Amino acid sequence: MTLWRQSKEVMRVDLLVEQRIGDAFRIVLPFAVVAMMIFSLAIPASFSEVGEIGTAVFWAVAVLYGMQVALRTSVSETEQRRDISMLLGLDPAARFIGRSMAAALLLIGFMAVLLVAMVLLFDPDLPSGWFGPTALAVLLAAGGLAMLATLAGEVASGLRNQSALASLIIAPLVIPIVVGASQAVESIATKEGILIWILLLITTDLALLVAGVGLSRPLEEASR
Amino acid sequence: MTDLVQLESVGVALGGQPILTDITLALAPGETTAIVGPNGSGKTTLLRLLATLIRPGTGNGLVLGSDLRGTVVRSVRNSIGLITHTPALIEELTIRENLVHFCRISNRPERSADRALSVVGLENAANRTVSRSSFGMKRRAEIAWLLVAKPKLLLLDEARSGLDVEARTLIDSLTRLTIERNGGVVTVSHEADGLGSGLAAIHRLVNGRLELVR
Repeated sequence: MTLWRQSKEVMRVDLLVEQRIGDAFRIVLPFAVVAMMIFSLAIPASFSEVGEIGTAVFWAVAVLYGMQVALRTSVSETEQRRDISMLLGLDPAARFIGRSMAAALLLIGFMAVLLVAMVLLFDPDLPSGWFGPTALAVLLAAGGLAMLATLAGEVASGLRNQSALASLIIAPLVIPIVVGASQAVESIATKEGILIWILLLITTDLALLVAGVGLSRPLEEASR
Repeated sequence: MTDLVQLESVGVALGGQPILTDITLALAPGETTAIVGPNGSGKTTLLRLLATLIRPGTGNGLVLGSDLRGTVVRSVRNSIGLITHTPALIEELTIRENLVHFCRISNRPERSADRALSVVGLENAANRTVSRSSFGMKRRAEIAWLLVAKPKLLLLDEARSGLDVEARTLIDSLTRLTIERNGGVVTVSHEADGLGSGLAAIHRLVNGRLELVR
């Protein structure tokens, strides 16, 4: 009960802080949309399959810029704030869950805007019934990326070059999320089985949840 | 009665550098002890050790009955109050939002936050964002939180410096209330006149070693 109460409170405050500083939606998101536009402008006019690479560009931009969104709280946390969290009796597992929930909500909004930008810029040939599976892939990918970034932020906490180090930790581990999400969307067009890719995303998310909750206390102890 | 703090020959090294060496210190319930020392002598590290935020490298230490090396120490953190050089508040939230957040995390009633803000004279500034508040206001907000938290062990790191007379009085009241509850106070300062009154002992910390002055 305490774990859930504390998790919700951590999420509420993270979202409130984000609403006031606006890092995700006023700074990172415009850059991500510009990156997508640059991709669309850089494609040679003779290239006739522009629509087909839209989803690939979407996932590349969503994951690369989404990392910045998901990492922003953990890498900007001061030592004083960590100290007060510990002295308040905040369960490190609640911090992981709450922070991941906040990052996941931000990423869902972030990816939704990017999805619209992708449709406008690349005009992909979307098969019927694409929205449901794509939305599910976005939800699962946002959850996975949020937990991965929160965990990486905790591992790199207090170290020099924390931001760069956390990004380096994420980079290889994000592969199953990118593969699962992009292939889930791709399989709608090719009419191949989507289930295996959704299962890959669910398995990855569950593994990250177990790792994040399980490692949170040892990581806090290691930081002492 | 069991001591609130018992350190025996404790040493702390940070990044391979010894910061505290062979520290022995005891604090009984109802006592205030002071530690003075020049900048860089290890005062803040000693307070962070007592706050269970860092682990001793050598020696043995108990704080509120919990071994500083063990994980059980987490259970006593909620009974420790710490005021450091830099106020530990969330800059983007208002003063009141910070206190409400602290109450919710530590499962204390939210209405006690408003009462405490009124006691420290912040009722009219409660909705001001911390980043737009003065140092004195931030310090008062921390004092308000400690009035809510009622810690058993109060740790003050140069808590009186940079404060006006009224705010210093609030620190004194906080110390007195902690003592009256049979708690203990450890206060550190780089100068002896910033320590307040009613001290059971004064120690000097020089190059990471603690000496009893009186």
